[in-house]
Amino acid sequence: MGLEIGKESFFTTTMDAMLQWSRKNSLWPMPMGISCCAIEMMALAGPRYDISRFGSEVFRFSPRQSDLMIVAGTVTYKMAHVVRKIYDQMPEPKWVIAMGACSSSGGMYRSYSVVQGIDQFIPVDVFVAGCPPRPDNVLNALIYIQERVQRGIASGDREKIYITE
Amino acid sequence: MLTSEQLIATLTTNFSSALIAQSDFRNELTCIIKKEFLLPVCTFLRDDAELQFDSLRDITAVDYLGFEETSGASYNHDTNIPHRSSYEYDERFQIVYNLYSFKNNFRLRLKILLNDGEHVLTVSTVWQAANWYERETYDMFGIQFDEHPDLRRMYLPEEFEYHPLRKEFPLMGIPGSLPLPRH
Repeated sequence: MGLEIGKESFFTTTMDAMLQWSRKNSLWPMPMGISCCAIEMMALAGPRYDISRFGSEVFRFSPRQSDLMIVAGTVTYKMAHVVRKIYDQMPEPKWVIAMGACSSSGGMYRSYSVVQGIDQFIPVDVFVAGCPPRPDNVLNALIYIQERVQRGIASGDREKIYITE
Repeated sequence: MLTSEQLIATLTTNFSSALIAQSDFRNELTCIIKKEFLLPVCTFLRDDAELQFDSLRDITAVDYLGFEETSGASYNHDTNIPHRSSYEYDERFQIVYNLYSFKNNFRLRLKILLNDGEHVLTVSTVWQAANWYERETYDMFGIQFDEHPDLRRMYLPEEFEYHPLRKEFPLMGIPGSLPLPRH
């Protein structure tokens, strides 16, 4: 952050750095729990994995209060319109985690009704492998996003991150 | 207790020409009836004091397109048993009605044969439960149920033009037939 500690116990920094630091430590997830990955997402919020260590324990069921969407489950073509609408309702800046094989690539549902990867209709920041992924891996994805938030990188204009097991 | 023999006997005495075939495999009775007799037979099965098939558990369909080519030629190398005999009917579809009688704790599988493009009467006048089952069958197989109160698609979008469980439908679908939101 480039802190400069003064003699009188104050420091100077830029407004941006301060804002990004506070933003990255309070990413509020929008739980897009569509299928079984949502169970693992709940474990993420529980005491064992404890997402609140990273300031993201406030799962908001309103997109207007969230800035991180965790798409946890199989997205069908019919559901894709719902996911996109909720994504559009989230205020900028916003980030997206594709949690698990289904949302990343369609997973085992290689079929006419399932979207073979949600990056076909929303910008994804981190793809997490696994069926379902371990909660640690999703925490890892959150940490990657925190790094990007700190560096001031907006969503959707950079290389994707792929977290494999 | 109701037995399969009793039920077949009751059906043949009341509808002598309705029954095409029946089979009793592991205490599962299956009856194939002529489709003209569907509504009278269903009403009879529901209302007869002895039978009381008052619960419709499911309606679905089976598409036998290409069944003969695949099953006739293949051979199970694990068991050394040739595959079961080929499909013996000309009609492409079978509509399957699963009925249950609480009184007799008895399940009956009723089937009718249907060609592509043929319609069938709804049984939602007999059992209310048929309404959504028939919508589901229409959605997946494109089978028209005449006089159905509300024959709309169940799962797929209204504007979708295909019926995915028909054998000619490709597994990965028709590109562009299900639109995605704009990126």
